[in-house]
Amino acid sequence: MAIKKENFSRRDFIKNSSMFAGGVVLVSLLNPLKVVYATKKPKGKGKWYGIAIDIEKCIGCANCARSCKAENGVPNEPFFFRNWVEQYTITNDDEVKVSSPNGGIDGFTQPVSDDEIYKTFFVPKMCNHCAISPCTQVCPVGASFESPEGIALVDKSYCIGCGYCVQACPYGCRYIDPAQGVADKCTLCYHRLEKDLDPACMMACPTGARIYGDLNDKTSELYLFIKENNCAVLKPQLNTKSKLYYKDLSQEVH
Amino acid sequence: MNKYESLYEALANLDGYIYPNEIALNWDLLIVMYPYITGLVAGAFILASLNRVFAIKALRPTYEISLLTALSFMLVATMPLITHLGQPWRFYEMLVTPHLTSAMAIFGFVYLWYLMVVLLLEIWFDYRYDMVIWSKQKKGFMSFVYKVLTLWVLDTSPQSRRTDEKIGYFITVVGIPSAFLLHGYVGFIFGSIKANPWWSTVMMPVIFLFSAMVSGIALVMFIYMVVTYLRKQKIDMNTVDTISKYLFYILIIDFSLESLDQIHRIYEADESFDILKILVHGKLFFTFFIMQIGVGVIIPLLTMGTMMIKKPREKIRKILYLIISICVLVGIFYMRWNVVIGGQLFSKSFYGFTSYKVDMISGSGFWLSLLWFIIPFFILAFLLWLLPPWKKKESIH
Repeated sequence: MAIKKENFSRRDFIKNSSMFAGGVVLVSLLNPLKVVYATKKPKGKGKWYGIAIDIEKCIGCANCARSCKAENGVPNEPFFFRNWVEQYTITNDDEVKVSSPNGGIDGFTQPVSDDEIYKTFFVPKMCNHCAISPCTQVCPVGASFESPEGIALVDKSYCIGCGYCVQACPYGCRYIDPAQGVADKCTLCYHRLEKDLDPACMMACPTGARIYGDLNDKTSELYLFIKENNCAVLKPQLNTKSKLYYKDLSQEVH
Repeated sequence: MNKYESLYEALANLDGYIYPNEIALNWDLLIVMYPYITGLVAGAFILASLNRVFAIKALRPTYEISLLTALSFMLVATMPLITHLGQPWRFYEMLVTPHLTSAMAIFGFVYLWYLMVVLLLEIWFDYRYDMVIWSKQKKGFMSFVYKVLTLWVLDTSPQSRRTDEKIGYFITVVGIPSAFLLHGYVGFIFGSIKANPWWSTVMMPVIFLFSAMVSGIALVMFIYMVVTYLRKQKIDMNTVDTISKYLFYILIIDFSLESLDQIHRIYEADESFDILKILVHGKLFFTFFIMQIGVGVIIPLLTMGTMMIKKPREKIRKILYLIISICVLVGIFYMRWNVVIGGQLFSKSFYGFTSYKVDMISGSGFWLSLLWFIIPFFILAFLLWLLPPWKKKESIH
C-alpha cells in the first residue's frame, strides 16, 4: 500500500507542478505587471535622447528660455515656461537663495554682497525627459506619452487638460496652456529634430553649456560628456530615471 | 493682463523661490469639492450599510435617507472634475480610451461601478415593491412614471418581496467594499503622486476613507434632523444618539490616523519636512489648526464625549447634534482644502511658496463649486418627494 501511495503522490506531484508551471506561463503571458511601468527603454537600436548641462559654462543670459518661447509659441507671461534659468546663491551663513525673474529672461541681479557669497551659479532647467516619467504614467487618457526616442510629449488634440501631469512632474516642467486649456511642455523641439535641426535652446546657448544627443550611441558627444565628467540628475531618489544630466551639480539644487 | 491679474498678484507676493510654472495653482477650489462630495457619498452609503448588514435597528429611519443622499451627491460627484478640465468636452475620452497606469482614469470605472451597480440597484430593489403600489395608487402621469421606474416588474407577491430583500442585502454587502474602494481610490489619486511629499503617503487612501465616513455620517445626521423638522415629525432621539455614537468613534479613528501621519512626518523629518513645517505653521495655520482640527475634530469630540458622560435634555441634544454635524462637515471640507490647496502652495524645489485666493468675483471656480454643492440638495428634495421613505410599506422581514 505504501508503495502504491507513493506512486500516486508522485503523479500528483507532477500533475500539480505542471499545473503550477502552466499557471506561471499563463500569468506571464498576460503580463499584468506591465501596466505598472509607464514606459520602458525600447530594445531596438533607435535613438534614445538625453541632455547634459555644464553648469560652469552657463552665464545666465537666458537665451535658451527666450528662444524656446519664440520657437514654441510659449505664452509671454512669466507663469509659463518650457525652460528657464535659476540663479543659486549660497551665502557664507549657509543660506540658499534662488531666483529666476521671468525665468531669467528679465536678467539677474545679485542682492548678496560679494564678500558674503560662498558660491553662486546658474542652473538652466527644462524637462528631464525621464525614462520612467511620472507625468506620462498619470495621464488619464494617454495624451501624454513617450516617443520611441525617449522624449515625453503631449498630444494636444487629445489632452483633456486635467492637470494631473502638472502635479505629477517633480521638476515643475509642465503648465496648462491658457489659450488651449491643455498641458504643454518641452518637446526637445521634436519638430526640429525630425528635420535634423538642433533644438532652439541648444542653438541659442552662446557658451555651449547645453548638449543633447543619443545615449545609445557610445561615440556621441553626450555619451562621452557624461562618461568623462562627474554628472548627476535632479531628485534621483524619486527614481524617475531622468535623462537630463548636470555636470558638477551642487546638492543645493532641487 | 486682466486674465492674469491674480497670478501677477501671486507673483508679487512670492515667498522664497518657486518654479515659475508653479505660481499658478492648477487644482483650485473645484478640485477641493471633488473629494469632498465623493466622500459624502461614500460616508452616507456606509451609514446605510451599517443599518442593513449589521441590522442596527436604531438607524432604520435613516436608511433610505442615507441612500438617497448618497445618490444625490453621486450624480454630481464628477461634475467639479469635469468642469475644471481645460477641455471639458473631451472628458469622455477618460472612459473610452482610459490609460491604465493612471489612477484618475480608473476612477471613472470605479465611479460607474458604484453608481450603476451598487447605488441604483440597491435603491431599486429597496423601492420596487413600493413603486408598484404607488403606480397603482397614483393616477395619470405619475402612475406611468412609477411604472417606468419599476421597469415593469410589477410582481407584489411575498415571494417577490423576499427576492428583492435578498438581492438588496447581497448588493449592500458588495456595496461596502465598493464604497471603501470609491473613496480609498480618491485618496490614492493624491497619495500616489511621489513628486508631492504633502500628498505622497500610503496613509492617504485610509485617511480619505475615514474622513469620508465621518463627513457622510454627519451629513445624514444633519439631513435627517432637518427633513424630520420640515415634515413636522418627531425626531427619533434614539436614532440621532446612535448616529452620534458612530460619528464619535469613527472621528476618533480618523483623527488618530491623521495624527499618525503627521507624527510619522515629524519624527522621520525627511528632506521635505522643513518646508512642510513652514507650510503648516504659516499658510495653512488657519485652515489646518483652527478649521480642520479645532472646528472639525476638537469641538465635536469634546461635545460628544461630554454628552456621553452626562446626557443633556432632548432639546439641547438636538441643537448640539445640529451644530456638531455642521462643525464636522466644515472640518472635513477644510481637510480636503488642506490636502488639495496645501499640496500646491509650496514649491517642489522646497525653497518657497506661492499663494492662492478664491476668486469670488471674476473666477468661475467659486460659483461652480457652490453650484455643485447646492445642486445635490435639490436632487435630494426631488428624490424625497418622488420616493418618500416615510410612505414606504414596512419590509416583510
